[in-house]
Amino acid sequence: MFVKLIEYIGTVARKPIEEIGRIIMLFYSILKLFVRPPFEIKHTIKQMLEIGVKSLPVVLITAVFTGMVLALQSYTGFKRFGAEGLVGSVVALSMTRELGPVLTALIVAGRAGAAMAAELGTMRVTEQIDALETLAINPIKYLIIPRFLASLIMLPALVIVSDIVGILGGYFVTVIILKANVTTYMRMTWDYLETQDIYNGLIKACFFGAALSLVSCYRGFYTEGGAEGVGKATTGAVVLSFMTILISDYFLSAWLFE
Amino acid sequence: MIELIDIHKSFGKNYVLRGLNLKINKGESVVVIGGSGSGKSVILKHIIGLLKPDKGTVMIDNSDISKLSEEELNEVRKRFGMLFQSAALFDSMGVWENVGFGLRQHTHMHDEEIKEIAIKKLKMVGLVNVENLMPSELSGGMRKRVGLARAIAMEPEILLYDEPTTGLDPILADAINDLIINMRITLNITSVAITHDMKSAYKIADRIAMLYNGVIVGVGTPDEVRNTSDPVIRQFITGSASGPIKVEGR
Ligand SMILES: Nc1ncnc2c1ncn2[C@@H]1O[C@H](COP(=O)(O)OP(=O)(O)O)[C@@H](O)[C@H]1O
Ligand SMILES: [Mg+2]
Repeated sequence: MFVKLIEYIGTVARKPIEEIGRIIMLFYSILKLFVRPPFEIKHTIKQMLEIGVKSLPVVLITAVFTGMVLALQSYTGFKRFGAEGLVGSVVALSMTRELGPVLTALIVAGRAGAAMAAELGTMRVTEQIDALETLAINPIKYLIIPRFLASLIMLPALVIVSDIVGILGGYFVTVIILKANVTTYMRMTWDYLETQDIYNGLIKACFFGAALSLVSCYRGFYTEGGAEGVGKATTGAVVLSFMTILISDYFLSAWLFE
Repeated sequence: MIELIDIHKSFGKNYVLRGLNLKINKGESVVVIGGSGSGKSVILKHIIGLLKPDKGTVMIDNSDISKLSEEELNEVRKRFGMLFQSAALFDSMGVWENVGFGLRQHTHMHDEEIKEIAIKKLKMVGLVNVENLMPSELSGGMRKRVGLARAIAMEPEILLYDEPTTGLDPILADAINDLIINMRITLNITSVAITHDMKSAYKIADRIAMLYNGVIVGVGTPDEVRNTSDPVIRQFITGSASGPIKVEGR
């Protein structure tokens, strides 16, 4: 009975554990190849633009409405016990510490991460990755590292934009629509927001950027089984990225803001 | 010299190569024939190190390629050119950039020089005025020839052709055959080609090897193969559905 249970856990756990192992191996190859020339600077810049252009409109809209709804909800809620003056700090802290990094990461995972998995998956099933290897090119260096670096750099950049836009959205709702006191709002935003909050949010962003590109590239790079396989790799990449972002967010928060 | 010694390879439960032996001498042209899905492409991928055997060794000029470091393997690969069955063109770049990809990555040539060489190689495979197109704008036969131009761009010593004439019309197929023969004569290239086009096999091969059930069941000159009494080879070269090779399960 006990042995059966262990066996059962073993068979269920084997695949995810194997997968985590392979993702770690890929990460190790990235670190090892990262320092070795030639550096694919042109490709990295191209990928950065790709990620920025693909994700910026959605990031802007999401951030501004998140800031607005945060302000709206906390204003009406806090008014019940006369604490509506705190809205500014609620918006600023929530955006920088939590919602800016997480929402931006989810958007980039859904847009750019999915594109990475689809592109690499297509290259795998059409033997383009094999062709690279026969031309004496390391495909991890040529294809994955530029995407990984671009994501690592662009995520914090997008998060800064998202933080600013979110706080502006909160300002707009509180001060212009709900006609609250401007000075209170501004004071509450600045007095309680520490640079540490912003930094920690950006550390999260870097982590999410690295994780989502690693997971998406992994899924695309090891695609099997034709066009259907590419579809599976793409949805798989998005699901796995979302899980990684949301789960690691808790642990990062616990660690960074303890 | 290329030597495959007792190669075993399976994918999950699919046991594809079962102790395959094949030797290809320098400057020789060997054609491997065999049914669809019998593992012909898998053989080529072992020769260039894209796949590693479960058991057995692949020797290129007396060195075991599974024992080489990544840099050493890349040096070996620079001596090869490979034409993939589906051409495997990089669809993010134009035709001339595909052909010149190796030159751009491994030499310090300028783009103009690379483009010039690419145009020359494209001409060799019978393509003109295609250099600025994207791969998606090409027909199947054109893609294959661009793939061939890319394979010869770095002037390799050894060329691996995976079904070079499949999907081409008979005239074009024969032009590709001539090209393969020419390159071998003028550049003294060693070539390994895979095909089930017997006309092409007879024309380009010094020796023909038949793959069946994961092993090479017979090797011989085109004349020897034509006159073989081996029932498996006879059935294949005459293209008959009845005989020792069963059609089911393939
Ligand atoms: N990378 C791979 N993963 C799993 N199975 C493969 C792989 N490559 C080839 N196979 C299988 O090996 C067998 C032989 O394939 P292949 O060499 O492509 O045949 P062909 O002789 O038509 O070129 C097929 O059953 C194919 O499904
Ligand atoms: Mg094949």
